[in-house]
Amino acid sequence: MTTTSYSISRSSKASRIAAVAGIAVLALLIAAPWWAGRADMRLLSEMFLYLSLACLWNLLAGYAGLVSVGQQAFVGFGGYMLFALAIFAGISPLVAIPMAGVLGALIAVPVALLIFRLRGAYFAIGTWVIAEVFRLSFAQISALGGGSGTSLPVAIIRDMASSRAMREATTYWLALGMAVLVLAVIYALLRSRRGLALTAIRDSELASQSFGIDIWRNKFFVYVITAGLTAMTGALIFLQKLRISPDAAFSVNDWTAFVIFIVVIGGIGTLEGPIIGVIVFFLLRETLSDLGTTYLLILGVVAIAVMLKAPNGLWGTLKDRTGLELFPLSRRVMKNKQ
Amino acid sequence: MDWINAIIQGILLGGLYALFAAGLSLIFGVMRLVNIAHGDLIVLAAFLGLTITTALGVSPLIALLLVVPVMAAIGYVLQRGILNQTLGEDILPPLLVTFGLSVIIQNGLLEIYSADPQKMSAGALETASIALPGDLNIGVLPLMMFVVAVAVIAGLQWIFYHSSLGRAFRAVSDKQDIAQLMGLNKAHVFGLAMALSLAVVGIAGVFLGIRTSFDPSIGPGRLIFGFEAVIIGGLGNIWGTLIGGIILGVSQNIGAQINPGWQLLAGHIAFLFVLAVRPRGLFPRID
Repeated sequence: MTTTSYSISRSSKASRIAAVAGIAVLALLIAAPWWAGRADMRLLSEMFLYLSLACLWNLLAGYAGLVSVGQQAFVGFGGYMLFALAIFAGISPLVAIPMAGVLGALIAVPVALLIFRLRGAYFAIGTWVIAEVFRLSFAQISALGGGSGTSLPVAIIRDMASSRAMREATTYWLALGMAVLVLAVIYALLRSRRGLALTAIRDSELASQSFGIDIWRNKFFVYVITAGLTAMTGALIFLQKLRISPDAAFSVNDWTAFVIFIVVIGGIGTLEGPIIGVIVFFLLRETLSDLGTTYLLILGVVAIAVMLKAPNGLWGTLKDRTGLELFPLSRRVMKNKQ
Repeated sequence: MDWINAIIQGILLGGLYALFAAGLSLIFGVMRLVNIAHGDLIVLAAFLGLTITTALGVSPLIALLLVVPVMAAIGYVLQRGILNQTLGEDILPPLLVTFGLSVIIQNGLLEIYSADPQKMSAGALETASIALPGDLNIGVLPLMMFVVAVAVIAGLQWIFYHSSLGRAFRAVSDKQDIAQLMGLNKAHVFGLAMALSLAVVGIAGVFLGIRTSFDPSIGPGRLIFGFEAVIIGGLGNIWGTLIGGIILGVSQNIGAQINPGWQLLAGHIAFLFVLAVRPRGLFPRID
């Protein structure tokens, strides 16, 4: 008599290949300062930072059901904290970045207590009001340049690294490290007990509540973590720009509209989606950016078309057809060969 | 006396904000849709008014006769062509589609009209004012706008609760499927609701364009004012939007009186304060 035994596994052949390929790509990217030009490294850094923002927005909207159009609040807050810590306390940017993250998470606590009173789409616009309050408040701080903004002091930039090439390599590695950190945190979170709760909430709030999942607490946790990591990313964005102003720091187009387009086009509610989305977004941008406003028009049309025709985005559509999953998150039953 | 003046001007400004809010409140009441492009549609209406006044050489108030029906038509087509497809259990599609729409309208206007600030002139009416005792002056135009806002809101209230169209609105709002069984075409009813919402947007846009200068980028700011007025007044309460708009307008003017940089901030703080103490607004009607 033959018995068939079953086991439950998360990994698949595709995910194992993806892991190996992912490590190879990561090694290649770490070595970029030795093979890439300055312009390429800037572009790559920007991609990593957008990837990190996109993954974080995806975690909020795609997993926790918190659709925010006000994440620029935390991008700008993080950027300003970096500048404030560097200018007022002389703290090195390398130390100030994680501190900006912690401060971002802290400020997110009272913000969440207030705007969690709003539901659904009204929550979305509520987050926007918060971002506006941040923008207007920072514009009032004359020590940080008020409405016209300020630059990072040269001495602080010089202290970061011995040479210009070294400084550029450092900011590049920081951006890469940020994207890897965000992916790792989200991956670990989604594979944890809390991740299971989040996935359950995403699929049905009512059903998950009846299983005893505290929806408010889970969403609050995700909101605060996301805010902290978004603030860290914001600090890095403005470390690269070396200059900050309220309008740039709290821009809804730059830090939320583009990010939403990336996630929607790539595939919301998947870890792979934002990665695909960032690549598509930057390909479009590098080829069409000469068109100026027309480029934004095209982007808007593409996003609406994707939302209407393929609401799961590029990756989601592919996943639905093939069951392909590069990050081993869902569990499958495997028949063991005897 | 400056303070009393600031409050009176704030009340009049609140009428305009109530117009921003009324359309938003109406479509939320009927189909639970929050239109992120609402502010950009207000700016679109302002530019439409500008084009008509310059092309035909008429007063912006006459241009309203064209702007309002055109905006209503845009609303109906938009709803039936795109937005109806996004409605359902999931709140994400309508939010993201109207967000995309907002980007499209903003950049489309930028392409056509450039980023230069524009303004519509209402002629002598703009400087006319009524003198009140105690050195106070009330502009005829702001007063007229306030009266129109009150009339529009009264009209919406009447339509919603006393007309057959309003009955259809309330029916699909309560239970879409049952309303459908009773012979209502919900796609059409939603189209009419959006048409009515954008008709109000048409009035709001033209008034905005007469009152202040405008450019393609100011839409999101108007959306936020409208949204704040809706939440302050209480969800689903059409008269509430007027009270919300007035509270917002008065707070902004008091803020500006203290420090010019605090005008917008004071409005947002008033909103957050109401949210903190009365999360469902001052006079909520629906959950």
